[in-house]
Amino acid sequence: MTIENVINELDLQVFAGVNKTGRQVKGAYVSDLLSDVMGKAREGELWITMQTHKNIIAVASLKDLSAILIVNGGLPEEETIAAAEQEGVILLGTGDRSFSTCGKLYKMMERDALV
Amino acid sequence: MRWFRADMHIHTVLSPCGGLDMSPINIVQQATRKKLDIIAISDHNSTRHCRITQQIGEKYGISVIAGAELNTKEEIHCLAFFEDIEKADLFQQIIDQNLVSIPNKPEIFGYQLMVDEEENIIGEETRLLVSSLQMGIDELSLCVNQLGGLFIPAHINRLHNGIYSQLGFMPSGLMADALEITRRPGYETFLKEHPETAGFCLITNSDAHTLNQIGETVTEFYIEGPCFIEIREALRNENGRKVRTL
Repeated sequence: MTIENVINELDLQVFAGVNKTGRQVKGAYVSDLLSDVMGKAREGELWITMQTHKNIIAVASLKDLSAILIVNGGLPEEETIAAAEQEGVILLGTGDRSFSTCGKLYKMMERDALV
Repeated sequence: MRWFRADMHIHTVLSPCGGLDMSPINIVQQATRKKLDIIAISDHNSTRHCRITQQIGEKYGISVIAGAELNTKEEIHCLAFFEDIEKADLFQQIIDQNLVSIPNKPEIFGYQLMVDEEENIIGEETRLLVSSLQMGIDELSLCVNQLGGLFIPAHINRLHNGIYSQLGFMPSGLMADALEITRRPGYETFLKEHPETAGFCLITNSDAHTLNQIGETVTEFYIEGPCFIEIREALRNENGRKVRTL
């Protein structure tokens, strides 16, 4: 399952990293505390959050996450988008809330035996 | 110049978590007993108790700095201080436009009361003050800066509502005039583990929610007089002004 598959199926907005969406998704992690993500998220996971501060890009880069998905229609700051482009981090968005986003993603991952 | 004793983080009864005896008059009188020269009023997302506390402070010879403890979009608590009540009033308008409006339930969160010098209740804030502002930390720091205020991320070593818990690490280019560190076990280790904090002036305060906590932790400023401009110079380590934490 690639990020592109997720973008298409969940109808996501792409804020940054549009030419990198062929990357494989290995799982997902949901949290709005960056210190928690730094401790718990695993390489290749898609990170679902409502945080938009530019530090999310450094965290995704540090943990080598496959993408960041901002929920609730949150818009990343300009600096966040710039940092994502610079670091090669895929930054996505949806108007959906965390729970329904996770539900849809979980179904997709079940199909691909990722969960 | 001499050392002035300051406690720059005190909640009043306007904060839902502030004790009911945290009236401006009680706070000023307790500050006098604790031999403080300077206090700052820092209620959650409100400056509305600053004016009355300043007026009472003048009578008792206590310098009262107008401020607030703001909650950013990322849920990072940050102290903001202003040169005078007019600037604080201007900032209050920004708070009013940006506070996520949730009605307070006093039985759960506590009362948010405004009182006069004689402790008569003259108003109640109906929006929950511990909710967050719709502004990120960078935008908020810029806003405080544009009003000539001081911006200080609060209790950075706490496990919740601190800059490290919410953002994982110190963001590059943060516009902060100082950092507030809480004197809790392990704070010295925390500073060693985060060497970037050495690039900032550090202050320590009580974060008092009850009268007996006022002045339990202080910061001392080596300044000419107990006013905002002198404190700002001390935080910047300018013109012989300096800061020490005890």
